[in-house]
Amino acid sequence: MSKPKFAMYWAAACGGCEIAVLNTNEKILDVDANFDVVFWPVAMDAKYKDVEAMADQSILLTLFNGAIRNDENEHIAHLLRKKSQILVAFGACATQGGIPGLANLSSTPSMVDTAFTTLSTDNPDDLRPQTKYTIPEGEITIPTLYPAVKSLDQVVKVDYYMPGCPPESHQIAAVIDLVVQVLQGKAQLPPTGAVIGAGNSSVCEECTRTRNEKKIAKFTRIQDFKPDPDVCLLEQGILCCGAATRSGCGAVCPKAAVPCVGCYGATDDSPDHGARLLNAVASVIDSRDPVEVEKILDGIPDPAGMFYRFGMPGSLLRASKAAWEDKG
Amino acid sequence: MVSVGSHKNINLMAYSEVTKVEGYVGNFTVTVRKKARYVKEADCTGCGICQEKCPKKVIDQAYEAGVGYRKAIYTPFPQAVPKYPVIDRDNCTFFQKGTCKACEKFCASNAIDFKQQDEYVTFQVGNIILATGYDLFDARRISQYGYGRLANVFTNLEFERLSSAGGPTGGKIVLRDGVTVPQSVGIVHCVGSRDKHYNNYCSVICCMQSLKFAHLVKEKTGATVYNFYMDMRTAFKDYDEFYQRVLDEGTLFVRGRVAEVTDAARQSGEEGKLIVQVEDTLIGKQRRIPVDMVILSAGLEPRHDSKQVGHLFGISCASAGWFIERHPKLDPVATMTEGIFIAGCAQGPKDIPASVAQGAAAAARVVGKVQQKEIAVEPIRASIDKERCSACRICNNQCPFTAINFIEAKNGARAYSEVNPALCQGCGTCVAACPSGAIAGTVFSSKQITAQLNGLMLLNIGEAVPA
Amino acid sequence: MAQQFEPLIIGFTCNWCSYRAADSAGSMRLKYPPNIRLIRLMCSGRIDTTFVLQAFANGADAVLISGCHPGDCHYVEQNYKAQSRFLLMRRMIAQMGIEPQRLQLLWASAAEGTIFAAEVTKMIEEIRKLGPLNWKGGQLSAVSHQRSAIAEVAV
Repeated sequence: MSKPKFAMYWAAACGGCEIAVLNTNEKILDVDANFDVVFWPVAMDAKYKDVEAMADQSILLTLFNGAIRNDENEHIAHLLRKKSQILVAFGACATQGGIPGLANLSSTPSMVDTAFTTLSTDNPDDLRPQTKYTIPEGEITIPTLYPAVKSLDQVVKVDYYMPGCPPESHQIAAVIDLVVQVLQGKAQLPPTGAVIGAGNSSVCEECTRTRNEKKIAKFTRIQDFKPDPDVCLLEQGILCCGAATRSGCGAVCPKAAVPCVGCYGATDDSPDHGARLLNAVASVIDSRDPVEVEKILDGIPDPAGMFYRFGMPGSLLRASKAAWEDKG
Repeated sequence: MVSVGSHKNINLMAYSEVTKVEGYVGNFTVTVRKKARYVKEADCTGCGICQEKCPKKVIDQAYEAGVGYRKAIYTPFPQAVPKYPVIDRDNCTFFQKGTCKACEKFCASNAIDFKQQDEYVTFQVGNIILATGYDLFDARRISQYGYGRLANVFTNLEFERLSSAGGPTGGKIVLRDGVTVPQSVGIVHCVGSRDKHYNNYCSVICCMQSLKFAHLVKEKTGATVYNFYMDMRTAFKDYDEFYQRVLDEGTLFVRGRVAEVTDAARQSGEEGKLIVQVEDTLIGKQRRIPVDMVILSAGLEPRHDSKQVGHLFGISCASAGWFIERHPKLDPVATMTEGIFIAGCAQGPKDIPASVAQGAAAAARVVGKVQQKEIAVEPIRASIDKERCSACRICNNQCPFTAINFIEAKNGARAYSEVNPALCQGCGTCVAACPSGAIAGTVFSSKQITAQLNGLMLLNIGEAVPA
Repeated sequence: MAQQFEPLIIGFTCNWCSYRAADSAGSMRLKYPPNIRLIRLMCSGRIDTTFVLQAFANGADAVLISGCHPGDCHYVEQNYKAQSRFLLMRRMIAQMGIEPQRLQLLWASAAEGTIFAAEVTKMIEEIRKLGPLNWKGGQLSAVSHQRSAIAEVAV
């Protein structure tokens, strides 16, 4: 009997998710032992037309990482949806838009300007990417950028969500184990739409720092002072997103004295991760005087970037007005 | 008061302050500081010899309103309950100079104890009634009325002492010199009340009080009496009849807010008098009315420490400082904190019958609760899903009613926060603050509010609203 | 003649003050434009950024948060928490390109029906001048239907 088929694809992503899969070490052998890997551009050579040639629903499991940034991403998302029985939004970008989603705070032209003209860019001739170019063999194109980045479930139906930037390797290994057990008839799949490979409490649950009642009179950053190694970072005025962020990562960042950046997204029933975080942070500000509160808030210079670092496209507003109104 | 003091079920703690309140309805733990009175209550018989023999006379700013004296060891007033005196440390010769001890010498029951210390007592109660009263508006704040500067300007409390048979003048109404009987008296209403510079509210009691003063002055001295009023507020039973009686007695009423009380004579007949400068709004003229004595009906103000007291008991104050009742019409006795009731002027200005009625109502509410033995709580409550709570402790300081408790990790069980439903008042602040969505609020759940939000815009109508 | 733009505003009111202020405005027969839809919360402290963003995403042109005057909170101090959240929300939505006037905070006691009506009217006019927000992703057809319904009432 032939083995079930497995695919993995990256859309608008950095590749960290792929590395995280490889980081499962020998577990990756289980994938090979139990699956027939039919499409995984990073690991093996395959063409889109090979996928197009497959029968619908012939792939059992597809791990899709990366956000939907351009028409190519969306095209492949639709294609893989058609060919797959189980489509998993894998990693922060696919589940909520991730870091590429921060571009939704600006219009595409201003984003391109930033990429090609700022001081750190060596571009004396002010070269810009051309979407179309004619060469002797004919016209070639590159994919068109969308005005706003989307999460995977905004273009196709997603069966499971696996958050994290990237998902922690031990969680990936656990999911691989689960799928293998399901194949052997020893376990059942969770209900469709579920979040897999994560908990449903917040990062604080796994954080070993001591937490007290919180009253914040000043926001600061880790480079500005030496935080107490044993006390909750948020209490020390460092904007740690752990309280509002889904558990499952093992609180690796705060344990290493780096504030949580919120890559696992919100917990169940929270339609907007940033909103939850904003509520919590504002609620513990220790002042009743609006002028003083404003002064304290000056310590958060970029609230939208902070609260939606990984979740802008998946949030309620999805993108800023600048991105929506972008004609280019 | 005597029967209160001697009731076997009532523990009266005078000269004491509540320092800490913990727990919730039915289970309050209250800590009280019993201030050292330097008199052993167990030994004192209340004979009063110590007060008689104490050589140190002190102006009594409290009961005598500054117009009479007390001793350095004293009871606040003769009928005070309990009967044990207290030594006023700041004025006692022994405490200040190390000699005297006259009280100790004369005390037949050896009740004086100069080494007594403050004592902290902790006990359990089920319900609490706050009846902390009011502060009198300090008439010095309106400098143009001259109180504190012009000798014969009196406050309402000073006048009460003058006209009291037990007061320093034996009930004789005289000027500050103690002998001259006034020929004419001006009574100023609304001092510090209904005035945007001081307090916007009506102090309620001043109209009737000023009418009583007018009546007393008339009866005792036959002087000409002017009442300077803004509006005459004589609501309630028999009050307006009393006003008619005072009118019939010949008291003169001038409608207008007094601009100034001065001793600077400008016209003949004003020399040596206090001149009340007022616009008589009924005739549309400025008037200068010379009188011998002016009585200022100073208004009521919240206790200066009402905010701290409110915080201590977990109840709220309006911005002026009066405690806020649960509902202004339907529940004027209870507060938002279950098991804490308010009565009297602590809740807002009111006269004696209203205070008595509210006090009785508060007592009845408590008796009702005690007899029921269990309490019904409002259904609007927050609750924490223990499994989802990450013990981040964001919610811990969200609750002014201390309904949220943090349970430390122990025996392998992880830490979490929980809501005490008896203390929760259902405001929902913690529900919104909870970053992991572990706190749910009944009746005002996020799902319900979002459904309203969608419904108001005709979105997703027809979708069932989950509980 | 071009039809006047009718803004759609969602107001979150506190059960103990502004909700009653709106009620008292009604019992005083005071009129204010029908452009605002009120949602009752037990306290302004219940205000959740999620609700505000949901309102904008649904197509609301503005959101009003109202509660008891500072120091008058029925729940002692929760309106201060609403205030902090409001101030931070306003900074955040500004980054999203939503004009700060589209999120307002109003203190109104139960007795201030007149003030509530006047402030709401003022806000509606302000938003009318600002024009529609028409947030993408909002279900605009339903919203435009609402707007025309308001226009009918407003005549």
